[in-house]
Amino acid sequence: MVEMINITKRFPGILANDRVSFSVKAGEIHALLGENGAGKSTLMSILTGLYRPDEGEIRIQGNPVDLQSPRDAVAHGIGMVHQHFKLVKPFTVAENIILGLKGIKEVYNLKSIDESVAQLSREYGLHIQPDSPIWQLSVGEQQRAEIVKILFRGAEILILDEPTAVLTPQEAKDLYKTLRKMADLGKAIIVISHKLSEVLAHTDAITVLRGGRSVGTVRTKETSEMELTRMMVGRPVMLETVKNPVNRSSKVLELHNLSALGNRGQFALKEINLDIYGGEIVGIAGVAGNGQRELAEVVAGLRAIERGQKKVDGNDLTLASPKQMIQAGVSYVPEDRLGTGLVPNLNAMENYLLKGVQKMPSGFINWKQVAQETAEVIKKYDIKVPNPKNPVKMLSGGNLQKLLLGREISGKPRLIVTMYPMRGLDVGAMETIRSLLLQERDRGAAVLLISEELEELFALSDRLAVLHGGEVMGVVDPHKTTFEDVGLMMAGKRMAAHG
Amino acid sequence: MGNGSFSRWHFEKRETTSNLVLVMVPVLSVVIGLIFTGLFIALTGKDPLEVYLLMFDGAFGSAYGISETIVKSIPLLICALGLSIAFRMQLWNIGAEGQLYMGAFGATWAALTFPDWPAYQLLPAMMVAGFLAGGLWGLLPAIPRAYFKVNETITTLLMNYIAILWVDYLVVGPWKDPKSFNFPISPQFTEGAILPTLGTSRIHMGLVFGVVVALLLYIVLNYTRWGFEIRVSGESPAAARYAGMNYVKNILLVMFISGGLAGLAGMTEVSAITQRLQHGISPGYGYSAIIIAWLARLHPAAIVLVSVIFGGMLVGGYSIQTSGFSSTTVSMLQGAILFFVVGGEIFVNYRLVRGEKGGK
Repeated sequence: MVEMINITKRFPGILANDRVSFSVKAGEIHALLGENGAGKSTLMSILTGLYRPDEGEIRIQGNPVDLQSPRDAVAHGIGMVHQHFKLVKPFTVAENIILGLKGIKEVYNLKSIDESVAQLSREYGLHIQPDSPIWQLSVGEQQRAEIVKILFRGAEILILDEPTAVLTPQEAKDLYKTLRKMADLGKAIIVISHKLSEVLAHTDAITVLRGGRSVGTVRTKETSEMELTRMMVGRPVMLETVKNPVNRSSKVLELHNLSALGNRGQFALKEINLDIYGGEIVGIAGVAGNGQRELAEVVAGLRAIERGQKKVDGNDLTLASPKQMIQAGVSYVPEDRLGTGLVPNLNAMENYLLKGVQKMPSGFINWKQVAQETAEVIKKYDIKVPNPKNPVKMLSGGNLQKLLLGREISGKPRLIVTMYPMRGLDVGAMETIRSLLLQERDRGAAVLLISEELEELFALSDRLAVLHGGEVMGVVDPHKTTFEDVGLMMAGKRMAAHG
Repeated sequence: MGNGSFSRWHFEKRETTSNLVLVMVPVLSVVIGLIFTGLFIALTGKDPLEVYLLMFDGAFGSAYGISETIVKSIPLLICALGLSIAFRMQLWNIGAEGQLYMGAFGATWAALTFPDWPAYQLLPAMMVAGFLAGGLWGLLPAIPRAYFKVNETITTLLMNYIAILWVDYLVVGPWKDPKSFNFPISPQFTEGAILPTLGTSRIHMGLVFGVVVALLLYIVLNYTRWGFEIRVSGESPAAARYAGMNYVKNILLVMFISGGLAGLAGMTEVSAITQRLQHGISPGYGYSAIIIAWLARLHPAAIVLVSVIFGGMLVGGYSIQTSGFSSTTVSMLQGAILFFVVGGEIFVNYRLVRGEKGGK
């Protein structure tokens, strides 16, 4: 159905796609796999008309096409669901669907549109209410709204960028069920993903990109996790994490009956009791939106505490400012790396200085020293920074995260709060981040690891707390519990603590 | 294996922005602004080139012209430097004009209250009073901005009118010179309230203030903790908060300094130029300074250069009056330049490429 032949795309100094060929048949779910910076996004941006290829040809149903703009791509039946949804929150599902759509009259009948949207979603098993406003929907429902939106525009070729990154395991399963149904009805589905297990379980074919080139296309049935990993990174990576035995020291973080409000004024954290000791990793499991972000912000001092108490190393810091929390030795790797954790338009040196600047004794900055320290961190963690004077927004996701974590651990913190530290990273970068977190734990730091990947939590955590509806459902020992038990707690079942 | 031939122009995001582009965008904006305004001059039947030459000659063609150009560029320079700090934090202070007037008011208060003080006491007192008055006028809209996110663009703009009318009230009311034959002016300042000038020219010590402030600003922004905080806060408030910086405090402080510098410009104007408070002490310095700060991309050294060019434009504007043009032709020119600078901003992040054919 779609063929991309010998696509080459150059950016200043970078060969983003080097003679990549890629084809998807109707009725097929095809995964596009690769490390960050492998050229997946560029390739898909070319297919959706955002970029023009420097060389190469795109054919749709055998006919060469020239996609000059996203509008051209839509006209050729190509639709994309982005990782960050492009929906207008106060509008309803149906209103979002007709937004920007051609052929809608000045005065339109929303009822009939609602009906056709409802019909379309029934046809594909996408359960969605056309008249509910977007802000009331869960992330999974919003994603379904995005899918209905592109189907409504007549998409025959659907591209989904990291579609399960924000979904619960159950929602992810449902999504693939829907995708399969769409494929059975003759659509071609392209899924950009990092999750090997998911890709192996749900797709028909996999194309692996590495360094801008296509490594090859394999049938999913005929491949294995090890083979795919080798194709992605070109070197064998240990998927098993080797961990030293836990060596707990004193209590670092204490939360007593702590409650805090969310952004909409509701209680997002209710009566949280949690202690973290030096030398251990405490994982927080839970479906996104159950208080994880608020918990991280409360600990970092970025969100006010309504009731309860917070102590670090025995000192009461319930009312502490972000600055005081930093001074108390609390590091924070936020979910929003580029924008909160790092400043996109500043360079690597300036970003390295972001927190250290508070410690400059005289109020003057010694750039020479900063340059030196930055160079050390870049070297130590093998961060690929072509030019330390360029804005960091030009770095790939893995390098950004290494820079961010490298900065956060450079001050030898007492407590590291990390939120989704591995999200969107490639296998190689993930491995680095994992081993850095374990190193910090072995050094004696307390680590609070918030994640949505159960495998990651089980592999790294010494204790695992489960959040649901802003409450701790229980704290368990990952070695003595199962995915299923944790899954039940994530769904709201309380468990007796045995960790 | 071409995929069809086409030659449509379109924008493509730049991965990097070279320094050449950063310089060329404002330079070309000025050139295009000149051409654009030239079209209107041509409509009147005059040769635009001749008019521009006349302007240039008036501003830079004689020792007098140059000294007048520098005199005009002093308040522009000090105001633009102040604005550049606020703009760096993405605080859109449009109120330099009003802050300048309030600074003039503050300085005049000191000059009229302590007329007998010698210059070495009175001038610093006027500077402090001018800075404080301008600074408070900048701080006032900063408070609702910092605590309730009230849009400062509108409040600072509207407060200009209050400040200008306040000064008008003073010079027709309580501070009117009894010997002025009803002209709206304050009494003339005593000797101690007047800034020294360079030789016999009108170039005054304000020039030193401007250059020192530019230098200080450069050092503060690039080499101090606080300057770094300003840059981070401007780029990303979320990151500033995350890094433990006090965003609210910085908004207040930046707006105070931004207004204070405009106030200092007001002080130099009443002290060195008018030597009294009067109606219309500024022909819109505070507004031109906005354009200057943008053209200079907020860089202190570039602000010095652009201020002199804009000072020259003002002086050149007066000199073309003899050939039948209003000096407000210059306002039109400035407006056109700002228009093209803002429009040209897209080239900083994007480049125009021609859709090329596939194949080699």
